[in-house]
Parts: sequence; structure tokens; C-alpha cells
Amino acid sequence: MQAGTLSTFLKRGAIWGFILLELVFFTVAGEFLSLSEKAFMDLDNMLLLFKQSAPIGIIAMGMTIIMVNGNIDLSVGATYALSAIVLLDSMTWPIFGGMGDWAIPMAWLAALATGTLLGALNGLIVWKTGVDAFIVTLGSMLGYRGLVFMYNGEQPTSHLNWTLVDFAEAQFLGIHTATWFLLAVTAAIWFLMNRTVHGRNAYAIGDNREAAVNAGIKVGPHMMINFMIIGFLAALSAVVFYSESGSVNPNDGELYELWVITAVVLGGTKLTGGAGSIVSTFGGVLAIQLLRKGLSHIGADTETVNLVIGLILIAVLFLDRQLNLKGKEELKT
Amino acid sequence: MAHITKRDLGGQIARQGILIAFVLFMVGFSLANARFLDPDNIMGVVRSSAILGVMALGVTFVVISGNLDLSVGSMMSFSTIVVLDLHDKIGPTLAIPAMFAMTLCLGAFIGFLVGYLKLNSLIVTLGMLSAIHGLTLTYSGGQNMDIADKEGTWFSVFGQGEIIGIPVPILLFALLAAVLGIGLAKTPFGRKVYAVGGNGTAATFSGIPRARVVFSCYLVSAFCVATAGLIQASRSLGSQNTVGQGLELEVLAAVILGGASLMGGSGTIFKTVIGVLILGFIQNGLLLVGLQFYVQYVVTWVIIILAVWLDIAAKRGRLWSPIA
Amino acid sequence: MSVETPALRLEGIVKTFPGVRALDGVSFSVMPGEVHALMGENGAGKSTLMKVLGGILQPNEGRIYIGEEPAVMRTPLEAKAKGIVFIHQELSLAEELTVAENIYLGELPRKRFGLVDWATLERRTNDILSKLKVTFDARTRVGDLSIANQQMVEIARALTVEAKAVIFDEPTASLTDAEKVVLFDVIADLQSQGVGIIYISHRMEEIFKITDRISVLRDGQYRGTLETAQTDEEEVTQLMIGRTLDLSRNVSHHALGDVALEVRGLTCGDLYADVSFEVRRGEVLGFYGLVGAGRTEIAETLFGLRDPSAGTILLDGEETVIRSPVDAIAKGISLVPEDRKGQGLVLGMNCRDNMTLPQVDDLKAGPFVAEGSEIAIFDQYRDKLDIRTPGWKQTVGNLSGGNQQKIVIGKWLSMHPNVLIVDEPTRGIDVGSKSEIHNLIRELAAQGYAVIVISSEMPEVLHVSDRIIAMYSGRIMRTFTSDEVTEDNLIQAISGIRSEGQVA
Repeated sequence: MQAGTLSTFLKRGAIWGFILLELVFFTVAGEFLSLSEKAFMDLDNMLLLFKQSAPIGIIAMGMTIIMVNGNIDLSVGATYALSAIVLLDSMTWPIFGGMGDWAIPMAWLAALATGTLLGALNGLIVWKTGVDAFIVTLGSMLGYRGLVFMYNGEQPTSHLNWTLVDFAEAQFLGIHTATWFLLAVTAAIWFLMNRTVHGRNAYAIGDNREAAVNAGIKVGPHMMINFMIIGFLAALSAVVFYSESGSVNPNDGELYELWVITAVVLGGTKLTGGAGSIVSTFGGVLAIQLLRKGLSHIGADTETVNLVIGLILIAVLFLDRQLNLKGKEELKT
Repeated sequence: MAHITKRDLGGQIARQGILIAFVLFMVGFSLANARFLDPDNIMGVVRSSAILGVMALGVTFVVISGNLDLSVGSMMSFSTIVVLDLHDKIGPTLAIPAMFAMTLCLGAFIGFLVGYLKLNSLIVTLGMLSAIHGLTLTYSGGQNMDIADKEGTWFSVFGQGEIIGIPVPILLFALLAAVLGIGLAKTPFGRKVYAVGGNGTAATFSGIPRARVVFSCYLVSAFCVATAGLIQASRSLGSQNTVGQGLELEVLAAVILGGASLMGGSGTIFKTVIGVLILGFIQNGLLLVGLQFYVQYVVTWVIIILAVWLDIAAKRGRLWSPIA
Repeated sequence: MSVETPALRLEGIVKTFPGVRALDGVSFSVMPGEVHALMGENGAGKSTLMKVLGGILQPNEGRIYIGEEPAVMRTPLEAKAKGIVFIHQELSLAEELTVAENIYLGELPRKRFGLVDWATLERRTNDILSKLKVTFDARTRVGDLSIANQQMVEIARALTVEAKAVIFDEPTASLTDAEKVVLFDVIADLQSQGVGIIYISHRMEEIFKITDRISVLRDGQYRGTLETAQTDEEEVTQLMIGRTLDLSRNVSHHALGDVALEVRGLTCGDLYADVSFEVRRGEVLGFYGLVGAGRTEIAETLFGLRDPSAGTILLDGEETVIRSPVDAIAKGISLVPEDRKGQGLVLGMNCRDNMTLPQVDDLKAGPFVAEGSEIAIFDQYRDKLDIRTPGWKQTVGNLSGGNQQKIVIGKWLSMHPNVLIVDEPTRGIDVGSKSEIHNLIRELAAQGYAVIVISSEMPEVLHVSDRIIAMYSGRIMRTFTSDEVTEDNLIQAISGIRSEGQVA
């Protein structure tokens, strides 16, 4: 066995251990505290958990690539909201009006194109101006949110299409449509990151940018593609969620970046880039959703979720640091 | 040599760019609407910028020391809710110091994590954003907080009072800006903040207790947040749990607009004040020419990116990035 | 030499940076199958020249010919495609990726739809690795390899293309003797295939062992080419530094004072063990050894940056514990660190603020920094150390290396320490400033400071020290007085050869 394999295994496995811990804790605690008769590990409950994970989970897959690549995207929540508005509003546009249910795929395309475009804009600015992605997306987080408001003022945008609702609420093989989307996106992004030249180059750029540049890897286009992917996924997440709900408030998607980044960091993606795994991010997404559900299962106030997740995020960071300490002779800087 | 001089000139323009932009904005808006330069209007803008401004002063310390603070928004909600709640329970005289103490404890916790435990400040304060939000909701039980007797309390003086015709929030903002501005520019502590942010390792090798400096910056930030919470609570005498939500990003935007680098080691209180005022006047100017408040988000987006872009373009001597 | 076409030929290469002419008309050529050494002091322009060859930098003037073709290389990839491979001294590897991915970084073999062709990648990689006789395989994560093995991965990159010329930049810096043998085999192998090799190294014994010719750069200018077989170290050195190497020992002795610092059995994990020495006021104690011998770590421990696992430190005869740099400074210890830009200076700050940084708490007028006294201190040390700067407002990052180093030294002198530790005082500094700094160190001792000088340069350590401690692999091998030290016994000591008797 190579040196380091064990620690890598422990690190990769940590998130699943955490999920197991949550399951055990909430099951046992639920026996004593829960008001409902249903067990926590109920099948329907778990299927619902996957479905509810989908909106954050789909975006988290994109955030993993972005962070592996050495960037960050704070604008995903606003992109999500704007794509949702385009999705719902476009179905009422005259051009799509006469198309009957064919308006649905058109609306989807319009929403996905919107997200991809917004992502591309972020990527292009990061690439061409050289301004740090944190600042660029901090700006566009405000800017895109402004566009959301400009679209329909402070009014919600609504359009309920029953065909769409039926589709979104459908269960294929017992699994909800949203879950299928999450699984498909996870598989696709895993494939992209591990099997394609683009994915491997994204790792290389995040790991050692100078080496990547010297090896002739075109850093800019790779970054831009990744921003387009996360924009697309933010829009896809909106498509999945709003097909069912049919109404979007201009504040929707706020703080999504926080949840998404939390999931990615819980999954063990390195903040400085170069390392991160899609499967672990999937674990991070599930862990957060389990926590939400679990806390409500044992009768804790929903407010507590924010507190607990914030503290867990910090605890993970702390543990990671403790595991990486080299001993007391280390240079104290 | 001509080449270097030209670059210096560009650098000078970029360095002063934020002031130039400020002046252009003022001129543009005053041409568009005569009321813009009306003293009452200006006073109104500064007053409504005071809360954001006070918070930005503290975040400037944190950013110069090379860290981030994304928790100031939810921390401000916390301060506001706490002081309103305690107002009716123990009276304003005790409520204010109690609220300051509690907020400083939060700041100390963050400072401990980032300074002494050396955890990544982006993630720590992101986590604290969420945690403090949860704390506030737990504290208030999710209810809005209101003072019972809104007419009969002197507590309203911090948000609504005036001294010699100047609103108290402006005075508090100005006072804090002066004290912190001088503190940062002229005291040994300020010098250490710049050193730690400029090169933390070199600061350690020069015998500067880096952890303590970072810790202190978060205390300064928490103090400013508490002051902002006080103004907010006093102005409205009632509040939602989410009153400060999203402010952390506007605050950061103002600090960045003022020219502080997120890498640390650069920025001043004066420039941050300019950044705050620019945001305030843009918002006001857009409203006066008949545009909705959310148009300012888009405008802010554009000018933040332009400001930072021009700044780094001047430093590297070329407009477009060399990224292949 | 026959009248073959050179594998690589440079003609009049000029490269300027703002204010500096880093390369000034450099011309030389490498024949196929030749190992051509490129030598020069730090700052002579070797790295710049190699970056020009590797396509990382573009020359302002001059031409590069590969074979008979004039070549323009705009990117590293283009250089590689034309058969010029650059093996970096600083490892440029992505640690989280596998060996195979690193070797083919930027050129992963593709299948349809942009998929990586893993089978081909692994096969090609294992072919290359088998030539290098390494113990790891294509799938190993690079971060799990030792530094030496990472160096081998770097070298493996040279074997991925039909190379015409391969540039090795200090390839043996982190290799063990056994690994060096493998490396030299690889070089011989390339040589037999008619590849031209440029070999950059400071290690004379390697140069004389494997190279055919030696070209020398000094201050960005080409100084000539020597046939290795017909020259010796002295001639090469003379060409490199423009005069004969001054290996003179320090002869002046000052009256020594009391013991300022004594260390007994100091140990710090695996870094160094059982280190004991003393240094007196008025004495310069030199620490000599290879990189990684534990010298810097001892200095860092004395400055409170590392906690020793055993041993005691005595200051003026009193046992003491140094917990932090703050503590060390309070007890009169100062450290001029080895990495000037990373550890010594805040590059974005001005000269004055950098110089007074450690004592900024003491320079107060009321609650404020007393800027007047700060400027007075700066002026005093600017004059004393002859720091050339337009004024105290100048940003330190804009000064030359020598002046930057003087700012750091001034910073610590102004603290009036009892013990001054100087780590690599002249690294990356031009020859003129070097001797100034050497004189300064002697002068400080004369004034009664206890000075510890850590250096990897033998002339330097011989020149300034009253006594020299030779270290090898974390242990003190021997202590020499300046009267008994010779070049030979010093080199033996730092190579781990214990007593002279055994060698002779």
C-alpha cells in the first residue's frame, strides 16, 4: 500500500461516516424525542430527502468543479432566481403561446440558456480582466439580483403549467423526477471531472496553476467553461424546482451560495483548489439535508438548523487542520 | 524610461479613479436632478449610509489584515434584536452595554478561530453567518422584536436624534471614522495591521503577534457591528430577524470600492468612507431620477468590477489579463 | 569538434526587464550528443536564459536556431513541440494528480469527445518509468512521492517527446547519490541518442564528471566556453566571478567577551539533534552545511519560531525558554531570516516602516507612532549601512536585493540585540554588495555583538567567521577555529565524514 492511501481513504470516507452518524443519532434520538410515529429511516422519508436535496445538490456539483479549478462562484443564487423567472415567464410569451405543451421544452431551453449565459459572463470577466473570481461573482451576485428585480419589480412571477407539475411530481421506479436529475447531474459531472481532458486539466489548474500554464494548458477557456457549467446547473436546478412550484419570488435563491459552498466544503474539496471529489460533494449535500430533516424530526426548531450547520462547517475546518498538523516542532508562523 | 512614466501616470489615474468616479457621479446626478445637491438630500444620504458605513469601517480593518468577514450582516441582526429585547427587560442603560458585550463575544469567537486557530476566514465567517442567524432566530423565537413604549424612551436618540442640527447616526459614523481612521494610520496597532496583511510571515519574523492582531481586528469589526445594530434598533424601535441580511456583501462592496485589496495590506478608512458614500449617492441619485432601488445593484456590480479591474490593470501595466 | 550542425544555437540573445538588462547578447551552441554546462553566479542570467529557451519569456533581440531552422517559441508547449524540453529546478507538478497525468500535463492523449485515453497514457508512462528504473508506477499520486521521486517525474517529462535539446536546471539538488547515478545514466542515454543537453549546476564535481564543455555567464553577458577536459575549477570560477575565488580565511580577531549564548543538547524532532555550542560577544560563529542540514531550523528555534523537544538555551549564563519571536526580541536575539522577500520584508510597505517594524510599539508619542524618531532611525541606518534609496517613502519591493537585505539588517541592528543571527546574508545579492555585507558583519563583531552566520557558501563562511561549525544531517560534525579550517576538512565534515584520520 502506498503511503498516504490510508489518510486519503479516511478523508474521502469521512463524509459518509458523518452521514452514518447522523442517521444513527436521529434514529435513536427520534425514538425518544420525536412527536411523529414514523421512524426516521422510513423509505418515503429517505426518498423525499433525496428530492429535497436536488436544488442545492445540482448546483453543488457545479461548485465542486469551480472550486477544484481554484475559483468560487457567489452568484449562483441570483442566477438560479433569474433562470426561474425566465422559465416561468417565457411560457406566457406570444411566440411560445401557440405551441401548446411544446412551450415547455422551449421554456426550459430559454432558462438553461439564461443560466449558461450568466455563467459565461462571469467566466469571461474573470478570464479577461484577471479580477479575482470572488470579487467578480460578489459583484454579479448583486448585479444579477438587480436584474431579477428589474424583471418584475418586487412582484412574484407565477405560471403554473399542469403538464409540467405532473412531470415534476412524477416518480419513476419510485424515485422523484428531481432526484433523477440530481443523480444524472452527479454522474455526468463525475464523468466530466474524471474521464475527460477538460476535467483533468481543471484539477491541474487548481493544483498548480503555473505548472499548468507552462505545460501549455489554456487556463482561461477552461475557467470559462466551468463557469458556464455552473451557470447551466444553477438554471437546471431552477428548472427542476420551479416546474413544480410555479411561482418565483425575487428573493428566491438567496443564501443558496452559502448552502452550496457548505456542502462542497463538507465534502472535502480543498479551498485552494486542486482537490475535491464529486462523490464526496454528493455526500456533503445529503449530510446537510439529513441534518435539516433530522433536526425537525426530533422536534428541534427549524431555526436551529442554521446554527448547527454553521458550527459544523467550522468544526470540519478545525478537524481538517488538526489532522494536517505536522507536530509540535513545526514552524510557528 | 518613457514607458515607466506612462505607467505611473496610469497608476495615478487608477489610484485616484475612485475619487474621479465619485465626482463624475455627483456632477451627473446633480445635472439630472437639481434636488440631488440640496443639503437636506445630502444629509439624508449620509444618514441612510451610516449603518452600512459604520460596519464598513470595521470590515476595513479585517480586510487590511488579510481576512474576510461575511458574518457582519447576521451579526448586526443579532445586535439589533438583542438590544430591542433587553430594552424592555432591563432598560436601555443596561441593555446597550449588555448588547455590546454579547456582540464582542461573537467577534472574539471569530477572531479566535481565524487568528489563533488559523482557520480560513471565508469559510469561518460564512459558517458564522449561518450560525449567528440561527442564534438570532432561536433568541427571538422567530418573532419580530418591538419596544413596548415607543414614544416614552430616550433610546431613540441614537437613530433619530439630532445634535446641533446634525443627525446622531451621522455623528456616530463620523466619530468612529475619525477614531478608527487615525487609529489605523497613526498608531502602532494600525501599522501592525498593515504588516500582518501585507506579509504575515514577515510580520511574525519581526516579532509581531499575528494572531493577536487578527483577533483584535475582529473585535474592532464586532464593535462597529454593535454600533450599527444600536443605530438600527434605535431608528426603527422594532425589527425583523433578518434586518441585516445581505448587508455583509454591500459592506464588502463598499470596502472593495474604496480600493482595499482582498489580499490584505492595503486600503484606508478614508477610502472606505468614500466607497460607502459612492454607494449611498448612487442609490439616492437613481431614486431621484426615477429608477427603482434595485437598479443600484446592477450599477454597483458594474462599478465594483470596473474599479478593481482598473486598479489591477494599473499595477500590471496592461488592461487585459495575461491569462492564456 | 567536427563541423556538425549544433542541436541548438543561440545568437545575440537580449532580454530586458524594466530597468535591468538581464541578458546582454548571449550566444552559444550545443552540439548533438553533448553535455554542455551552463554556469554563473546567482543573478548572472542563467534562469532568464533558460526561460527564453523554454518559451516562457520572449527575447527582445537575437535568434534561436534548432538544428538549422530559426525558431520562435511563444509558449512552453511550442518549445516542447520543437524538441526543447526544460526540466525545472522548482518542481512544477500538480500534487493531487497521478504520475502519468503529470508527465503528460497539457498533452493527455485523447479519444473521441475529449475523453482521456487512459490505456495509452498508462502504457506510455510505464515505458518511460521503466527506463528511469523508479519504484513507483503511472497511477501513483505525485503528492505521495518523496521529493527525489517527484524530481524523477519531472525528468520523465523530458522523455515524452523526440527531444533535440534537454535543459536540466539544478537536477541533483534534492537527489541522493543512488538517484544521481540513475540520473546520470538517463543523461548518458539521451546523449547516445544524439540529444544536446544543457546542464545547469553549481556543483563543480558533477560538472567535471559529466559535461563536455562549460559556458559561463556573468552579469547577463556571455563570458566564454571552456573544454571541460582542458580546464579546472579555478579557471571556471575566475570566469564566473571575474576574479580569482577569494577563499581567504578570516584573520582578524577581536578580543572576545563573555559567552552571550550557549546551547546544550538542543534537539528538535527529526530536524536536528543534540546540538551544543556557544558564542561570545565579539565573535562571529559560522554555521556551514548543505541545504537541509538543520542550520536554519536551529536559528528558528533560537528565535522562538520552533519549540525544541529537548535541550537548554542559556543567555548570558542564565537558562531560558524562548516561546515566540516577541519573547526572543525581548531577550535580545535578532534573526535576519534566509528568505528576504518571504520572511524579512513586507514588500508593499515603505523603507522606514519596514525598518522600525519590530519596535513600533516602543516608538510612541502619546498613542501615536512617533514618525520623527522613526525617520531618525531610518536615516541613521541608511547612512551607516549605505542603503541606496530615494527616500524612506520608497516601497521596499522596488529596491535591489542588496539594499533590501541592508534594510533587514538595519531593522535588527536598530534593536541593539545581544545575539544577531544572520541566515544566508548574501543570497541573490551582487558581488559588490556581498563584500560590503561581509565587512559589516566583521564590524558588528568588533563592536561587541555576538554574531551567528549561517551560509551555504564556503567563501563567505571562511571569510567572516572566527569559528565554524560544520553540520551534516541535523548534527554538528566538527567545530573549527579559523586557524585550523581548510577547504578540504570543511567539505569532509559537511559530507558526513567524521574524522580526518579515516579519510587520510
